Amino acid sequence: MRWIWIDRFVEFEHGKRAKAIKNLTLAEEHLHDHFYGYPVMPNSLILEGLAQTGGILVGEYNNFEEKVVLAKVPKARFHASALPGDTLTYEAVIENIEKDGAMVRATSHLGDRLQGEAEIVFAHLSSDRSGQNLFEPKNFVFTMKLLGVFDVGRSADGRAFEEPPGLTALRGDDSP
Amino acid sequence: MATKEEVYDKIREALVDALGVDDDEVTPDATLTGDLGAESIDFLDIVFRLEKAFDIKIPRGELFPENILTDAQFVEDGKFTEAGIAELRKRMPFANFDEYAKNPVAQEFGSLFTVEMICNYVTSKLADKENDKQD
Repeated sequence: MRWIWIDRFVEFEHGKRAKAIKNLTLAEEHLHDHFYGYPVMPNSLILEGLAQTGGILVGEYNNFEEKVVLAKVPKARFHASALPGDTLTYEAVIENIEKDGAMVRATSHLGDRLQGEAEIVFAHLSSDRSGQNLFEPKNFVFTMKLLGVFDVGRSADGRAFEEPPGLTALRGDDSP
Repeated sequence: MATKEEVYDKIREALVDALGVDDDEVTPDATLTGDLGAESIDFLDIVFRLEKAFDIKIPRGELFPENILTDAQFVEDGKFTEAGIAELRKRMPFANFDEYAKNPVAQEFGSLFTVEMICNYVTSKLADKENDKQD
């Protein structure tokens, strides 16, 4: 499987906020273990989805030139269960973004209902590591194939998204 | 301009949010790493919260100096040299070196980072901001 816990961006404001959706389906393997007889989306994976929404928002701000990693989750609270057939809407808002990293506030909604909320701190790895290759590029959500989330992105009126400038910069020779 | 007490309250709130400690654990003498259990990633979180709470910019390395422990000029045999102490005083004018300077063991560097130190730093940044406005 691919470690992508969001399906599509529905709103994207460079440097400010982004909204993505995640559809839950009984076809997802883990739901049959979590829990046996009562499938419920694990909040840890919802948190990962929030982090991916926020992380891509933060990464795009610098044209994906910085390696953005999840550094700390100061707060995370969940208020309701998310079940197969539900669509979760993740919204990430940048509170602060700097050379070293960013702070994001994120919420997860089931329709109008608040399902979860979290504060997430991201760090930019590149500045400290001077040339060391810490991770294979494929380990980052930012690698091209997983960014299909932008290709199918739609804004509220149904028009296709304009590709964020950072994504165009990232495509380079690897265009699918 | 915020009072000393308002500054302290906001800092306490930032530390409680960032480090998950109780209000009463945050005392002026409490050290960030020793008493409050802060780790390096928490410093980034704390900086973000302070910037937001006080509407100031905290340049990298200004509050938590970098590259000083590994510099052979400043630290020898696990202790800060004379040059090292001088450099520390220069980079951290808001910290209290009286006790630490008596036995400046590099490993105990964290003991300089108290809540009071942060209050002094923030107060001086707010004063700078006021001065800039008046120019």
